[in-house]
Amino acid sequence: MGLFQKLFQSREKRIEREKYKIGMKKTRTGSLSSLKEVLLTSRKIDDALFEKLEEIFIMADVGVGTVAKFIDSLKTEVKKQRCETTEALAMLIVDTLFDLYLKGEIIDTNIRFNPNGVTVILFIGVNGTGKTTSIGKLAHKLKAEGKSVMMAAADTFRAGAIDQLKVWGERVGCPVIAKSAGADPSSVIFDAIREAKRNATDVLLIDTAGRLQNKVNLMKELDKMTRTIQRELGATPYETYLVIDATTGQNGLSQARIFGEVAQVSGIVLTKLDGTAKGGIVLAIREELGIPISFVGLGEKITDLDHFDIENYIYGLFADFFK
Amino acid sequence: MAFENLTSRFQMAFRRLTGKARLNETDIEEMLREVRLSLLEADVNYKVVKEFTDEIRELALGEKILKGLNPGQQVVKVVNDELKRLMGSEAEPLKFADKGPTVVMLVGLQGTGKTTTAAKLASLIRKNHDRKPLLVAADIYRPAAIEQLKTVGAQLGIEVFERGDRQKPEAIVTEALAHAKSGGFDFVVIDTAGRLHINETLMDELVVIKRIVKPEEILLTIDAMTGQDAVTVAKAFNEALQVTGCILTKLDGDTRGGAALSVRKVTGVPIKFAGTGEKLTDIEIFHPERMASRILGMGDVVTLIEKATEEIDEAEAMSMMEKMLAGQFNYNDLLKQLKMIKRMGALSGILKFLPGMSALANSEKIDDKQLVYIEAIIRSMTPAERKQPELLERSSSRRRRIAEGSGRSSTEVNRLMAMLEKQQKMMKQFASMSPQSMEKLTDRMQDPQGFIPKKK
Repeated sequence: MGLFQKLFQSREKRIEREKYKIGMKKTRTGSLSSLKEVLLTSRKIDDALFEKLEEIFIMADVGVGTVAKFIDSLKTEVKKQRCETTEALAMLIVDTLFDLYLKGEIIDTNIRFNPNGVTVILFIGVNGTGKTTSIGKLAHKLKAEGKSVMMAAADTFRAGAIDQLKVWGERVGCPVIAKSAGADPSSVIFDAIREAKRNATDVLLIDTAGRLQNKVNLMKELDKMTRTIQRELGATPYETYLVIDATTGQNGLSQARIFGEVAQVSGIVLTKLDGTAKGGIVLAIREELGIPISFVGLGEKITDLDHFDIENYIYGLFADFFK
Repeated sequence: MAFENLTSRFQMAFRRLTGKARLNETDIEEMLREVRLSLLEADVNYKVVKEFTDEIRELALGEKILKGLNPGQQVVKVVNDELKRLMGSEAEPLKFADKGPTVVMLVGLQGTGKTTTAAKLASLIRKNHDRKPLLVAADIYRPAAIEQLKTVGAQLGIEVFERGDRQKPEAIVTEALAHAKSGGFDFVVIDTAGRLHINETLMDELVVIKRIVKPEEILLTIDAMTGQDAVTVAKAFNEALQVTGCILTKLDGDTRGGAALSVRKVTGVPIKFAGTGEKLTDIEIFHPERMASRILGMGDVVTLIEKATEEIDEAEAMSMMEKMLAGQFNYNDLLKQLKMIKRMGALSGILKFLPGMSALANSEKIDDKQLVYIEAIIRSMTPAERKQPELLERSSSRRRRIAEGSGRSSTEVNRLMAMLEKQQKMMKQFASMSPQSMEKLTDRMQDPQGFIPKKK
C-alpha cells in the first residue's frame, strides 16, 4: 500500500470518527454483517427465529417492554414487506433498531461547551456505577484536548470518596475542590463554581455521592445541588450525566426515570462495557424516556472512555452470540 | 424495595384465577404469561424463567390442580413452592473455623459494595457471635479503597490491617493472617479489589489468595440491580474459586432483585446475607423462603418483627403486638409505633415488610415528614381522646380543635382517624389469619386510599 493511500485512508477514518462525534448518522454496514451470521443458521423466518431474537435482546438486558414492541413491529414489517429471506430480515432488524434508537433525531454526543465561561458537568447515579472513575477518564480526555479542568468532590458521604477523586486529580493534573467528609455537597458545588469562574477554568466536573433513586431524602439533596448550580450559572446550560453500570438490569429504567425527575439528565455514561454485560437497558431508556447515551466506559485504563456509537453498539449486541 | 412489581403482577395474575371453580388450559397459559413477563421484568435470567414456567405448567396441568377444590389457591401454592425451592429453602448460616481465626474472602465485580459489606459483616458477626474481627485491605488498585476501609473500620471501632498499595495482595494477606493469629483476632474479613470475571490475571490473583488464606467462606457480592449477566458473573467466580455464598447488596433500592433467583438456581450457591441500606448496621441474614413469599405478596411480617425486637425493647414490642392483634389500638399506641418506626429507619423501608403493602410502598413516595405531622396531630389530642379514639368520631368540634392545635388540616385529622381504624381492623384479621382471609386483606390493601398519608 502506497504512502498516499495510507494517508488518505487514515484521513477518511478520522472524518468518519468526527462525523460520529458531531452527529450520529444512520449507517448499517458493521452491524449488518454480524447479524447476517446470526440469521444464516436459520433458513426461514418463523416463530422460532423470532423467539431466538427475543432471547438475544432480553439476555442483553434490553427492557422487556421495548423488546416486545421491537419484535411486534418487526413481525408487522416482515408481513408488510413480504420479507422472505433472512438477509432481508437482517436488514430490517438493523433498520428497526436504528429507528428505535435515533427516533428520527440526530444525536449529538458532544459536550455542549459554554462559549462564554465555565462548562459544568454534573455526574449522578446509584452507588457503585463508576461516577468517580468516569470523571477521571473524562478529565484526562478534556485535558488532552487542551482544556483546563477542575473537579468538585461533592460526594461527601461515602468513606474515601474525596480521597479517590483527589488521586484522580493528581493523575490527570487538575485541581480538586473539596471540603471535609460530611460537608453539605451543595456548598462544595457553590465554592467550586466560584473558584472555576475565578480561575477561568474551562470545564468543572462534579462528583456526587451514589444514591438509590427511591431514597427521598437523598434525592432532595440532589435537587438542592441542581438548584445551586442553576443559581450560580443563571441561564447557562450545563450537562448532567447519569452514570449507569452495564450490568444493570431493568432497574436502569427506574434510575433514569426518577433521576430525570430531579435533574435534567442530558446524557448517559454507560460504564463497564468491557465485561460480558451489554447494558441493553439504555435502549429502553432511550425508547421510553428519550435520554441518549453520551459516553461509554470500556476498560480500566484512563483512556478507556469513548463517545457512544450506535453502530458499534448494535454490532456488540450480536458479536459474540454465535461464537 | 425488591420484588415489588413482581408481587403486584403476581397478585393481578392470581386474582383472575381465584373465584373460578375450575382451571382450563387457557387460564393457565394466561397466568404463565404474566408470571413469565413479571419474572423477566424482575431480571430473572431468561433461561431460568423458561425452565420455571415449564415446570409450573406441568404441575398446574396435572390432575392435582384440576381435582382441587380451590384451583386458584393451589396454583398460588405451586408457584410459591417452586419459587421457594428455587431460592433454597433455609437461611444458610456462616461457617466458622473449628480452631484458629475464621477467614472470609469477599469477591466480586467493581462497584458491587465489597468494602462497605466487609465492614458491615465484621460488625454483624462481632455483635451476634461475640467475635473479634479484623478487616484486611487487599484492594490495592482502586484509588483510596484502603482509605475507605480504614474510615468505616474506625467508625465501627474495628481494626483494619493494611500495608498501603505498594505491596502485592498475596503478601498483604499472608502478613494479615499472622497478625490475626498473634493479635487474637478470630474473625478475618478480606476486602479484595473489584474485578471483571473475564480478567484472567486478576482472577488468578484471587485463586492464589485463596490458597494462602484457606478461607472458611468465599462470599460473592452481587448488586441486587444486576440484570441477565448475573448468571455469567456468578458462574465464572464460582468456577474459579468455588464460592461458598453470595451477599445481595443494595436490596433497599426499588429493584426487583430477580438476580437472586437466577444465581441460586444456576450455581446452587446460597445467598447468605443481604445489604439493606446506607448505614453500617444495614445488613441482614438472607431468608430465602421469606423472599419467596415476599414475591407472592404475602409480606414479611417475621422479618419486621425480628427487626423491631432488635431495635426496640422486647417487652414493649410484645405488648404492642398483643394489642395490635386484639384490635385494641389507640392513639397512644400509634404514637409509640411511630417512634419505633422512626428508630428503625425510613418508613418506606418498613412498609415492604407488611403484607400487601409492597405495592403501596412502591407506587407512592412516602414522605417521612408525614410522620412528624401525624405526631403533631396526636400530640394535640387530650389524654382521654388518645385513649378512646371513638371520642373523635362523635365530635366534630374536637376534630376541629385538634386540627387547629396541630396546624394541620381537618382532612389530615380525618385521614389519621381512618388510618387508625383500618389498622385496628387489619390487625384483627391478622390474628385470625387463614390463607383465604389473607388474600382478601391483601386485595383490600391494594387500595391505598387515605391509608397512609402520601405525598405527590
